[in-house]
Amino acid sequence: MKFIDEFRDTELAKVVINRIHRNSKRHIRLMEFCGGHTVTIMKHGIRQLLPETVEMLSGPGCPVCVTAHKDLDKAIALARDPEVILTSFGDMLKVPGSYSSLQKVRADGADVRIVYSTLDALQIARENRDKSVVFIGIGFETTAPTIAASVMQAEEEGIENYYVLSLHKLCPPVIKALLDSGEVRLDGLICPGHVSAVIGSRPWDFAARDYGIACVVSGFEPLDVLQSVAMLAEQLEKGEPKVEIAYRRGVRREGNLRAQELMNTVFEPSPAHWRGMGEVPESGLRLRKEYQAFDAELCFDFDPGPTREPKGCICGDILRGVKTPLDCKLFRGACTPEHPVGPCMVSSEGSCASYYHYGNL
Amino acid sequence: MCLAIPALVKSIDGNEAEAELGGISRRISILLTPEAKVGDYVLLHTGYAINVIDEEEAKETLKLLAEMASLEEELEE
Ligand code: SF4
Repeated sequence: MKFIDEFRDTELAKVVINRIHRNSKRHIRLMEFCGGHTVTIMKHGIRQLLPETVEMLSGPGCPVCVTAHKDLDKAIALARDPEVILTSFGDMLKVPGSYSSLQKVRADGADVRIVYSTLDALQIARENRDKSVVFIGIGFETTAPTIAASVMQAEEEGIENYYVLSLHKLCPPVIKALLDSGEVRLDGLICPGHVSAVIGSRPWDFAARDYGIACVVSGFEPLDVLQSVAMLAEQLEKGEPKVEIAYRRGVRREGNLRAQELMNTVFEPSPAHWRGMGEVPESGLRLRKEYQAFDAELCFDFDPGPTREPKGCICGDILRGVKTPLDCKLFRGACTPEHPVGPCMVSSEGSCASYYHYGNL
Repeated sequence: MCLAIPALVKSIDGNEAEAELGGISRRISILLTPEAKVGDYVLLHTGYAINVIDEEEAKETLKLLAEMASLEEELEE
């Protein structure tokens, strides 16, 4: 078993779709939190296969998209420092900040390097002891432990020129903020599979218990998503919202304890800025006191200047699930993957990019 | 960005491992999954294994779906 093709079986998919059609009687609104799920749904035309009773909304689960303008400007300002080598995951480069982008400052001579992993960023730090190597820590709970691991490794090896700009975000707090805002009415949540591989399914309990939201942790193949929708529809028909794991091969209820331990050793929760949502308490991660020597925010003096949001871009509303890319006047016109106006068009898992590539319009 | 793909662990050397994904061999970190063994599939995310894939659970899920399939057939008949 290679754990991919088995979960793309079209015959089985048809069966699950039939089952959803048969079982889903009342209208329900489900949100797929994760941009990876949005891609699966759009790519395989899952929305069109579901009955009219099942409405699907995309959520804020795209780390690049939710990075606030002001934080992006910080990264760009840091990249301009001639003493700095800025390392980043590839999807950040094209995102337009207030005045520039990492790609533009790189074209102007800044040393910005795309890395696949913090392991690569650490290697760059080892090889360039005379420079400061800053890694832009973007990502959710899936990624944060890998970045924590790099900080611990740097400490162990005495790599003193490695820094992290911690822009990490935590998923359960932002879901709570979304639910508290009352702006979107939800019945069920497709919970992010790889975030939950790390944190487990318990952190979603509050949504079922306190808000009556049905929750199913899903994998990323089409069958995974369909199975999760079927489970959500059945929970809601029975009127018994709870937290279930459909993605059992990848997620245990308690999560990955070792990864949680590393993340908690290096980071502590802090307020964070989300695009479209503003500041959400305890929804980010900052380096703990013991690791402050690696904190780019504290160790560098930089001025990102005043923030300027792109005119006409409604990424923020899309991330909150209150609008879709089709509501944006710039979609497919002034805003395309080649010339993106907002981050939701840049990131491969941004809603606008998904609609652009897979929306059969 | 939370993309993680199944990779097969081929050999282990301390916190690191040689893993195969899509026919390509790659050095990965298994610091977050010390329980990983040679022959296991792990979920690989940005160079780190973030979990060992549970083959039994995968089989269970597929079995459940297959059972659903035969039930659906019965209902259709
Ligand atoms: S289409 Fe472009 S401008 Fe419109 S919301 Fe999406 S990213 Fe922003």
